[in-house]
Amino acid sequence: MMLIIKDLHVSIGDKAILKGLNLSINPGEVHAIMGPNGSGKSTLANVLAGREDYQITQGSIEYQGLDLTRLSTDERALQGIFMSFQYPVEIPGVSNLYLLKSALNAQRKKQNLPEIDAMDFLNIVREVMKQLQIDETYLYRDVNTGFSGGEKKRNEILQLLLLKPSLCLLDETDSGLDIDALRIVADGINLIRDPKRSIIVITHYQRLLDHVVPDVVHILSAGKMVAEGDRSLVARLEAEGYEPFLEKKTAGAA
Amino acid sequence: MKTQNEALETLLAQDYEHGFVTEIESDTFEAGLNESVVRAISKKKNEPEFMLAWRLKAFEYWQSLKEPHWAHLHYPAIDYQALSYYSAPKTPGQGPKDLSEVDPKLIETYNKLGIPLKEQEWLAGVAVDAVFDSVSVATTFKAKLNEMGILFCSFSDAVQEHPELIQQYLGTVVPYTDNFFAALNAAVFSDGSFVYIPPGVRCPMELSTYFRINAKSTGQFERTLIIADKDAYVSYLEGCTAPQRDENQLHAAVVELVALDRAQIKYSTVQNWYPGDENGLGGIYNFVTKRGECRGPHSKISWTQVETGSAITWKYPSVILKGDHSVGEFYSVALTNHHQQADTGTKMVHLGEYSKSTVISKGISAGKAQNTYRGLVKIAASAKGARNYTQCDSLLMGTECGAHTFPYLESKNNTARVEHEASTSKISEDQLFYLAQRGIGTEDAVSMIVNGFCKAVMKTLPMEFAVEARKLLGLSLEGAIG
Ligand SMILES: Nc1ncnc2c1ncn2[C@@H]1O[C@H](COP(=O)(O)OP(=O)(O)OP(=O)(O)O)[C@@H](O)[C@H]1O
Ligand SMILES: [Mg+2]
Repeated sequence: MMLIIKDLHVSIGDKAILKGLNLSINPGEVHAIMGPNGSGKSTLANVLAGREDYQITQGSIEYQGLDLTRLSTDERALQGIFMSFQYPVEIPGVSNLYLLKSALNAQRKKQNLPEIDAMDFLNIVREVMKQLQIDETYLYRDVNTGFSGGEKKRNEILQLLLLKPSLCLLDETDSGLDIDALRIVADGINLIRDPKRSIIVITHYQRLLDHVVPDVVHILSAGKMVAEGDRSLVARLEAEGYEPFLEKKTAGAA
Repeated sequence: MKTQNEALETLLAQDYEHGFVTEIESDTFEAGLNESVVRAISKKKNEPEFMLAWRLKAFEYWQSLKEPHWAHLHYPAIDYQALSYYSAPKTPGQGPKDLSEVDPKLIETYNKLGIPLKEQEWLAGVAVDAVFDSVSVATTFKAKLNEMGILFCSFSDAVQEHPELIQQYLGTVVPYTDNFFAALNAAVFSDGSFVYIPPGVRCPMELSTYFRINAKSTGQFERTLIIADKDAYVSYLEGCTAPQRDENQLHAAVVELVALDRAQIKYSTVQNWYPGDENGLGGIYNFVTKRGECRGPHSKISWTQVETGSAITWKYPSVILKGDHSVGEFYSVALTNHHQQADTGTKMVHLGEYSKSTVISKGISAGKAQNTYRGLVKIAASAKGARNYTQCDSLLMGTECGAHTFPYLESKNNTARVEHEASTSKISEDQLFYLAQRGIGTEDAVSMIVNGFCKAVMKTLPMEFAVEARKLLGLSLEGAIG
C-alpha cells in the first residue's frame, strides 16, 4: 500500500478538525477528495506533509510501510511526499532556479548522488518548463513573488514534475487556472501518472477531473469521509450539491 | 636620530617601574597604557619622527576624552589599563602545538567552512610555517602590481618605504580628534594595510588582507589607508571568513579611503570575529572607524559589509562627498545571534554639488541579540541637487531579539532630495514549511530565506566573497530556529 490512514483525529489548538478519517491508497491510483469549504481537506494534506501546528490526537498514518508521524517534514519530502500548495508562499530574494536546484540536490544527497551538474539541470528544467508553457524568465524570478494565482499553481506543478515524488498531494491546484492553463496542468499531472505513483487530487470542480480521471472519489465532510465512489460521484455532486451527503449535519440542524 | 633613540631608551627604562615592558624581546607588551607604551610601539616599528609626534598628540588627546556611550550597546566598562597594546604574531611555543590541542569546536567550525587542514593549523596559530605558502603567493602578485606602480604593503612597510605618502594622507580622513576609538587607534596602532593606486591605473585584481589579518590574530589596532589617485580604480577585500579565536578583547581599527578625481574605491568586508558563545561569554568588542572621502569630482566610494561576528559591533563606514557629482554607497548586512549586539550604520556627508548616495541596510536578529541601524545623511548648504536613497530592512527570528532603526537627516539645501524606506519582517512558518516540504532542512531553509533577504547587498560583493558570505550567514544562524 502507498498510504493507509486509520481513524485519524487531528486538532489545531483546542479545535478538532479531522474526526476519525480513514483512507487507503494503492500505488498507481488517483484519488479525488472533494468536500465543502472548511471540511478539512487542506488539513489532511498538511498533516500528511508534516505541518507542525497540527496535533494528531488519535489514529495512524502509514506511508509505504513507514509510520509517517515519526518523520519530519523534510524527511517526508525526501521519502517522496510532495504537496502542491493551495496557497504557495512567496520567498523574496530566492530565485526559483535556486529553490528548484536545492530541492533536487537535497533529494540527490539523500540518494547518495552527487549534486546535479549545472548544465544538466538547466536542460531538464527547460524541458519541463516547455511542457508547462512557463517562460524561462520565471527561473530567475523570486519564488512565487509577484506571480499571479495561476502562475503560482503552474510553478507548483513545475516542481512536481521535477521532483517526481511517489505520493502527490494536489491541493486545489486547479483553482485560479484559466481554461488553457488547466489543460496544460492536467496534461502535466497525467504525464506523471505511473503504476508506482499515487496522486491525491483535492478539488471543488469537475473540470480538472475530466482531464485527470480519478480511480476513486471521496467526499470529506466535517472531518470525516462521508462517501466514496467512482468518477460518476463527481457528476452527481455537480448536479445535486453536497446536501444529500451531509445527512448528519442536516439532521443536527433540523 | 640617535639621540632620539637614546631618549626613548631612557624612557623605556623608566617605565620598568610601572611594570609595562618587562622583556623588550618578548612578543607581547605587558598590560597598561601610557606615553611610554606609545613611544615603545613607535620604536619597535622604527618609525620616523613625524609618526611618533602624531601618535603622541593622539594619545594626549585621547586622555582628554571619555568613552562614548550613545550607542544602543551594553557592555561592562573597558579597563584600558588592563589591555596589552602590542602583540606580535604568536610563536609556535606560545600557541597550541598541533591540532589535537586546539578546541574541537573550532576545528568543527573550520571543517564546516571547508577550510583545508593546513590552513586550519595556521589559523589556529599552530604552524607558522604554513603561512609561508600564502606569503610567497602574495609577493608574486606584489611584483606584478609594482610594475603597474601599485603599492600594496603593510602599513609598517609603507611608513618605511613611502613616508611621504603616509605623511601626506594619514589622518586626513579620520583625524585622531575624530572620536575616542580613533584617537586610541592613532596612538597605539601596530600595523595594517596600505594601498596606493597611481593615476589612471585600474587595479587588475582584488586586493585582500585575508592572510595578514589571520596571521595576526592578536592584532587589535590596525590602520588601513587606501588612496586611489585620479582615474584609478581598486576593489579591496577585508577580513576573513574563518572565525577568529580571540578572547573578549577590544578591537579598534581605523580605515581611511581617499578617492581623487574620478577615482573609484570599492571596499568589501566580511567580518566574523569571535562573537562570544551562546551564553554571551567572550567575543570581540569591535569599535571601528571607517571613512572614505570622495575628494575629487565624479569620484566614487562603495562600502559593502557583511557583519556576523563580534560580541559588540560599533561601526559606521561613512563617505564624505566633497567632489561635485561624487557617489557614496553603503551596502550592509548585519547579523546578530545569541547575545550579540550591533550598532552599525553609515554617514553620508554631502558637500559637493549633485553628489549622490545610496544606503541599503539589512539587519537580521536572532536569539537575544540586539541590532541597531543608525544612519546620518547630512546635506551641506553647498550640496546643490544632492540625492540620497536609504532603505533599511530588519528581519527578526524569534521573539527575544530586537531591531532598532535611527535615521537622522540634516539638510541645509532645499534642492536636495532624500528618500527613506524601512521595513521589519519575520521569517514566517509558512516559508519554512514550504521549503521543508521541498526536502530542504530547517537550517538550509533559514539560510536561504536570510540570503534572499540580503540579496540586494550580497550581489554587490565580489563573486567568491559572496559565496563565503553566504556560507557564513548560514553558519552564524545555526540553531537560531527550531
Ligand atoms: N491554523 C488554524 N487555526 C485554527 N483553525 C484552523 C487552522 N487551519 C485550519 N483551521 C480550520 O480548520 C478547518 C478545516 O480547514 P481546511 O483548510 O482543512 O479546510 P478545507 O477543506 O481545505 O477548505 P477549503 O475548501 O476552503 O480549502 C476550518 O474550519 C479552518 O478554519
Ligand atoms: Mg483547502
